[in-house]
Amino acid sequence: MAQHKVDYTKSGGLPVALTSIDKLANWGRSNSLWAMTYGLACCGIEMMAAGASRFDFDRFGTIFRASPRQSDVMIVAGTLTKKHAEFIKRLYDQMTEPRWVISMGSCANTGGMFNTYATVQGVDRIIPVDLYLPGCAPRPETLQYGVMLLQKKIRANTANKSQKPKRLM
Amino acid sequence: MRAYTPKDNVQAKSYYTDRYYVSPQVPKQDVESDEVFTADLAAISAKFKVNESYIQVGQMVVYINASDIYGVLELMKETLEYTQLSEMSAIDFLAKDNTFEIFYQMLSMNKRKRIRIKYSIEKGQAVDSVEKLFRSADWSEREMFDMFGIEANGHPFMKRILMPYDWQGNPLLKTYPLEGDEFAAWYEVDKIYGKEAREAIGPEIRDTARVDRYDSERFSRLGFEVPKGTEITGNEPKNEESYQEDGGVFLIKKFDRDSSTIVDDPQR
Repeated sequence: MAQHKVDYTKSGGLPVALTSIDKLANWGRSNSLWAMTYGLACCGIEMMAAGASRFDFDRFGTIFRASPRQSDVMIVAGTLTKKHAEFIKRLYDQMTEPRWVISMGSCANTGGMFNTYATVQGVDRIIPVDLYLPGCAPRPETLQYGVMLLQKKIRANTANKSQKPKRLM
Repeated sequence: MRAYTPKDNVQAKSYYTDRYYVSPQVPKQDVESDEVFTADLAAISAKFKVNESYIQVGQMVVYINASDIYGVLELMKETLEYTQLSEMSAIDFLAKDNTFEIFYQMLSMNKRKRIRIKYSIEKGQAVDSVEKLFRSADWSEREMFDMFGIEANGHPFMKRILMPYDWQGNPLLKTYPLEGDEFAAWYEVDKIYGKEAREAIGPEIRDTARVDRYDSERFSRLGFEVPKGTEITGNEPKNEESYQEDGGVFLIKKFDRDSSTIVDDPQR
């Protein structure tokens, strides 16, 4: 294709064939977001409720996995203590690319009400976070909406872009 | 109707309360007022030196010497039927007289009585472990070591129990700041990324009540979200809340209320 025929203002200047592959890949990724169970505190109960029959994450293709190697999104639900910080980093490193992180609830966002020596003041001090959900604890609807927003975010990017490794520093 | 009580100044009242108010002590009774406790105290004081004793809130409090603790608890367990050590720990009185007060809360299921054994130690002094008598003292003494730095002689595994093994400082000391010292503030950063990462990650933000609408790094105004780090002018466009892109998604049909059939009649 001649260079002047590529419309750089649309789809990042990629040829049409590739954007269709992008769409297909993003469609697959955004609709089978396997989540890693990371219930650390009371937010974990709301996360479980979101996965159970009333709110039913399975219809979004979100299935909770017990292994970081099988999961795409880490939902950090609860208070992260300083003792546990190294383990969340280790588990995040074990997840395969592309990977996303949802920080669920006040404690994971900012340390919340635990303004103490033993609590990490925001999980984004340890791992990069894509989505912050407010609330203490957020309702399952919030988590549902958060997963929908994450799906939207995945679909908005090209498939290759999200494979770029995310590093906190 | 309920009687009206004037509510003048209700909001401001907490502002005027005395910060240095010390609530009065619960009254103490003599040990002689309870015959079970009198017999117990007589059995203890026959063998060991008792510095002070009284009854408070239905429980006897006995002050002994630090070196006698194992013998006293052994006597209470074997002959006085106080078979449970329900709790033990220390109290920080370092600012008052440079001592820790160690307490052992004993329970007798047969007598339905509780006795608290207390003694004081100087800072840096170790206590005798009672783990051989009561298994519950195992973790309690480790917690005391973790939180106050008081070691227990003869304990089988004298290590921290709640804080990480490489932690510095004893968090329950009154001199320990609630938000942590320098070591605590950088603990996770130092451990995971190393000291050289401190500058890149930055200090902890402790004032969680602070909200700055012009800070797009940490805050976003709902409905007026902008990308992280954008300068906020106040003329941000309104973002409608939606869970799906306009025009639907590849292979997924968007729900359309107008073209769908809504079943109102449950008996249909």
